[in-house]
Amino acid sequence: MKRVAVLGMPNTGKSTLFNRLTGAGAHVGNWPGVTVDLLSAKLLLGDAMVEVVDLPGFYNLHGFSEDEQVVRRFLETQPVNLLLVVLNSCQLDRQLALPLQLKELGVPMVILLNMTDEAGRLGIRIDAGKLEAALGGPVRALSAKFGQGLVEVKDVLTQQLREHPKLSQAKPAAFDQDVRIEQELDALVSASVASPIHLPPSATDKLDRVLLHPWLGLPIFFLMMFLLFQAIYGLGSPLQDAMSWLLDHIKTDAVEPFTAAWPAALRSLAVDGLFDGIGTVLTFLPIIAVFFMLMAIIEDSGYLARAAFLTDALMSRLGLDGRAFVMQLMGFGCNVPAIMGTRIMRSSGLRALTMLIIPFSLCSARLQVMVFVIAAVFSPRMAPVALFTLYLTSFVAAFLTAFLFRKRYHSHEPLLLELPPYRLPTWRFLGVESWRAVKQFLAGAGGFIVVGVLLVWFMTHFPFDAAPAGPDTLAGGLAELMRPIFAPLGIDALLSIALLFGFVAKEIVIGALAVIYGVGPDQLSGVLTARLDWVQAYSFLIFTLIYTPCLSTVAAIRSESKSWRLALLATAWPLTLAWAASFLFYQAARALT
Amino acid sequence: MTLNQLSPNACGVIEAIHAGQDLRRRLCGLGLRLGIRVRVIRHSPLNGPMQIRVGHTDLILRRSEAANIDVIPT
Repeated sequence: MKRVAVLGMPNTGKSTLFNRLTGAGAHVGNWPGVTVDLLSAKLLLGDAMVEVVDLPGFYNLHGFSEDEQVVRRFLETQPVNLLLVVLNSCQLDRQLALPLQLKELGVPMVILLNMTDEAGRLGIRIDAGKLEAALGGPVRALSAKFGQGLVEVKDVLTQQLREHPKLSQAKPAAFDQDVRIEQELDALVSASVASPIHLPPSATDKLDRVLLHPWLGLPIFFLMMFLLFQAIYGLGSPLQDAMSWLLDHIKTDAVEPFTAAWPAALRSLAVDGLFDGIGTVLTFLPIIAVFFMLMAIIEDSGYLARAAFLTDALMSRLGLDGRAFVMQLMGFGCNVPAIMGTRIMRSSGLRALTMLIIPFSLCSARLQVMVFVIAAVFSPRMAPVALFTLYLTSFVAAFLTAFLFRKRYHSHEPLLLELPPYRLPTWRFLGVESWRAVKQFLAGAGGFIVVGVLLVWFMTHFPFDAAPAGPDTLAGGLAELMRPIFAPLGIDALLSIALLFGFVAKEIVIGALAVIYGVGPDQLSGVLTARLDWVQAYSFLIFTLIYTPCLSTVAAIRSESKSWRLALLATAWPLTLAWAASFLFYQAARALT
Repeated sequence: MTLNQLSPNACGVIEAIHAGQDLRRRLCGLGLRLGIRVRVIRHSPLNGPMQIRVGHTDLILRRSEAANIDVIPT
């Protein structure tokens, strides 16, 4: 099969073009010798099936950033028929450096001048003929966002593929020699690009004067984040509830009657293990879909880079950048999509550190536990104070973690970001983006979550003749074993079994407590009031807040980072921190009261 | 003088870049090369990054990194 690689600098509309060409049919796959997954799709051009591969955006063929190395390794190992080089027509003064470097590889090239609509508005005129002569490949103008020129692009691809039917390998020598292209670049730019010397202040400049204002910028940022948060979870939560409702009905109306005649242990495995495991995976899908749709809007609009500009002063001291802060804030709704959202960061060290702090964000599932226990144990006057201090604890735990691990997950890349002009997002592809994220979550994390739920089911149900989650099960035995560890925190064996359930999903902690105490959900509040004083309850809440992200978050961390080590660290470190925090609180509170 | 010392709205021509080859290439990819004119747009408060304009591109970079770029004010 023929193969075309799509290359370009960041912010050239490369992905928009890729989506235009291939639609929703693209899939993520790995390539031998290349460490990250690449998006690719099959496309019929003329009479030939062509595999189109989307390479990460990069600035320099000879650079050593992670994305640059991915591109290099791909070109070194994979032969291609054509390179499709996408350039931003407004920035040819520097972007032409890329085709000049790629020319040395000796692989046929097609050059696309994207965003011609914006360039036209700026009064930039380009002599495509001169570029063709200098770069040795056809040059076409298009606007991928509006689909103008797309037919011509397909035509030129078809024709070029006919002319170059054989796969060719890039010349290895070209990667090593750092050609002095600066003079060549200057000559080419002055010969082929004419742009007005004085640009009128654009709409972006005017907007930036407000949005990046020294004193208004940050308040507006927090307002934007609040609105984004409300939008994501305002839309996502009802969908998530609807999904749970649907799953509940399937469980009581179909799965339970169907398995009624089965032996008890097998029925429990099917209903409480397998079905609930798959259900856990499914309830995340609506929120991931909505999250990626709205995050794509923020990213496409150009505001995300501005958020980095506004918050970097604080975040750089913690070894993070502003984009990490956005994801941390989004984690307060649900950690899982926030973990997946760290893809916008290109440095793997920065991503790893961000994934380590997101689980401390007090997500909506944990909030249910907090609110329930606080309402049961604290007076109405103290309840808001208790909740507020837990939110505070969440931030302190995250920043402390970033501070402690900033050396280990060090970002080698300096903060050097483009501030693209504000653009309206390409609505057409928002659906494609979120569908892709959902598919990746299912493939990457789904299996892990189901296995984890099955494991906890086994722990809390074996041996099968014991009462579920009771002291005679494996979980009860484990709780007994852990008693010396949890006793100094004021957490008794029964509560620690609930914590084991909480590892699966924090939503089920309250339900699990009801089962463990052997009461109905409506009586649980009274039982908690009777059995726990506020110090014990608050210690339990601190532990619940910090101890471990839920199974789905761990699964997302593993699937996003491709590192078991990081997933293990993201489980072990919060456990340690939770124990230390609860211990300090419980012992201090007991000593003082 | 260095790039971080330019005040907002001031322009300068890049005279020297004191950085490793890797960072220099990255800067070059973003249009920051010797002899190129840059304009400072604004500084972020609390000693945060600065926004500069090179040709048709707006960039943000930390002031600590900008301190490695020598400019001649114009």
